[in-house]
Amino acid sequence: MTAVGLTTNDRLAQATQLQLTWWRFRRHRLAVISLIVVALFYLGAVFADFLAVMDPHATDARRSFIPPQGITLFDDGAFRPHVSGLKGVRDPKSFKLVYTPDPARKLPVALFVHGYPYQLFGLIPTDLHLFGIEGGQGVDGIFLLGTDQLGRDLWSRLVVATRISLSIGLAGVAFSLMLGILLGGISGLYGGAIDTLIQRVIEVVRSIPTIPLWMGLAAALPNTWSVIQVYFAITLIISLVSWTELARVTRGRFLALREEDFVIAAELAGAGQMRIILRHMLPSFASHIIAATSLALPVMIVSETSLSFLGLGLRPPAISWGILLQDAQNVQVLAGAPWLLSAAVPVILVILAFNFLGDGVRDAADPYG
Amino acid sequence: MLIYLARRLALAVVTCAAISVLTFVIIRLPPGDFVDAYIANLAVGGSTVSAEQAAAMRREYGLDRPVVVQYGLWMGRVISGDFGVSMMWRRPVTEVIGDRLWLTMAVSFAALLLTWLIALPIGIYSAARQYSIGDYVATTLGFIGLAIPNFLLALILMYLGFRYLGLSVGGLFTPEYAQADWSWAKFRDLMVHIPLPASVLALAGTAQLIRIMRANLLDELRKPYVVTARAKGISEVRSVLKYPVRAALNPFASSSAYLFPYLVSGSIVVSLVLGLPTVGPLLLQALVAQDMFLAGTIVLLLGVLTVIGTLISDLLLMWIEPRIRLQGRA
Repeated sequence: MTAVGLTTNDRLAQATQLQLTWWRFRRHRLAVISLIVVALFYLGAVFADFLAVMDPHATDARRSFIPPQGITLFDDGAFRPHVSGLKGVRDPKSFKLVYTPDPARKLPVALFVHGYPYQLFGLIPTDLHLFGIEGGQGVDGIFLLGTDQLGRDLWSRLVVATRISLSIGLAGVAFSLMLGILLGGISGLYGGAIDTLIQRVIEVVRSIPTIPLWMGLAAALPNTWSVIQVYFAITLIISLVSWTELARVTRGRFLALREEDFVIAAELAGAGQMRIILRHMLPSFASHIIAATSLALPVMIVSETSLSFLGLGLRPPAISWGILLQDAQNVQVLAGAPWLLSAAVPVILVILAFNFLGDGVRDAADPYG
Repeated sequence: MLIYLARRLALAVVTCAAISVLTFVIIRLPPGDFVDAYIANLAVGGSTVSAEQAAAMRREYGLDRPVVVQYGLWMGRVISGDFGVSMMWRRPVTEVIGDRLWLTMAVSFAALLLTWLIALPIGIYSAARQYSIGDYVATTLGFIGLAIPNFLLALILMYLGFRYLGLSVGGLFTPEYAQADWSWAKFRDLMVHIPLPASVLALAGTAQLIRIMRANLLDELRKPYVVTARAKGISEVRSVLKYPVRAALNPFASSSAYLFPYLVSGSIVVSLVLGLPTVGPLLLQALVAQDMFLAGTIVLLLGVLTVIGTLISDLLLMWIEPRIRLQGRA
């Protein structure tokens, strides 16, 4: 601590609002854990290709529906991490190819192996991966979460899907933030007729069932559009509805702050409206906006997941959690390959983490309270 | 109170108008117009349409006139009950939709009732017994409800039912009643099947309402009048239920207003997973096949019915909650 010799009260009195907010936030343990979880997920999204083991797009008919494999750490008492090789046996009854581990063949797992080529940060060409098996061919490979029908490695697909699923939330929230702060700000600042109008628009938007509307708009996107175009169209469609909550929060803060003494003082001192908003009001409601944003993010992520799950959102070859879950739609397939549901785990984790985080920030947002 | 009622009705009408505009946009969005799509559809079947016939059709549907006029013509037909023809089924749209719309509403309403029935007592219990085991269980369940999107929950339940019970969870009827005409037996069959999808739908909303109810009631219970009542020896149950619960109902009621659209929305995706004969699967098929009249009609009717449903639930709450009646606002 730098503030040696100061009593707690002095520290509290001298701390900036940001520091106070941070101190308050730190006390909310669940929120801090959630912050770490969210940060890890985004880190994973940035280094997705590095964490992936196999090319997430590469199909291989010989690898269809391989069940998840564990890594055995020790071999004859020595630390030699390996996975067992697989043997494909045709089931005499169902004629399905069933894979069983073949303990005789041991495939050593190594760190920093060379695999499929990719570009780190979209810039640096490399083929280095965190872990894997040197030169795995055919059914030889490491399938942490098993494979799908086309023989694509689910772990690699899941890691790479994180990128789209998490960034679509950010992009969507950015759109809604712009709309929400602009309209909510105007509504709270000017009041009167324009406030009433915007409030009625918000009520109308909120009473329309969103998913049928999204489905209609998403289905109308031309088939010829590229993955990137569809991506932005989907974010726009999703944020068309979710700006209302942010607008509501912004308006509420504006209304509350407008009457505050320090705002009136600034007004009397002759400060311009822009200066009052940016210099005096913004610091007091920024944390509320952050809280509303982190509560809006999971809604966005779920929206994209549901749309893609229905086949109306992003389209393959794009990979997102929703697209992965699409494979799990059929209960017959799911019964044979329950590991296809594994994309549900990150979805649930991220939603929970964002919700706790949002709660924590919201509690900390008003450090004087 | 009359002002409140009038205001709600006016808002409902405006919302319906907004929904109709959006629906019209959806119908018009795909490249080409309805006649192009119709001709292409006929061409697949081997028949052709001459240029004159196409022009005549365009004139009949007003496709050669400005967009605003087209919207007016379309609205005129919709109000008189003519929703157009489904290209995929080659039958009037209303015939294709049939019972499905009502089943959608039935499932959503069941979910709404379930949400209230579960959330209210649990919320009250959690607040009255804060930090008890029951409170923690309710809070945990609430977080689970919050974190699992309902289609995922449906998927997981389906898998568990299929894997461990060997039965297919899903549908709203046993096969023998699926095609049958409405009768008491069929209705009873529906009542047996509806709880599962309704509870899948209700979980997320319940979680949210429990949180709201608990927070509001906790605020209320700390107020001096409750302490006074306790000090005067009013029984525990009475000191919670008599006034604090009523006072805490207000925010609970206003947040319920947005619950119904949310449930209808969710029912679309959940129906697809659970294979319910609601408009959900039909809407998806129509959208994939670009059968825009069918899709548009479903979106429109669903939207309008949701507005009506929300209105009804608002009126119900107005009846329960005197402050809305007297102050004229939620």
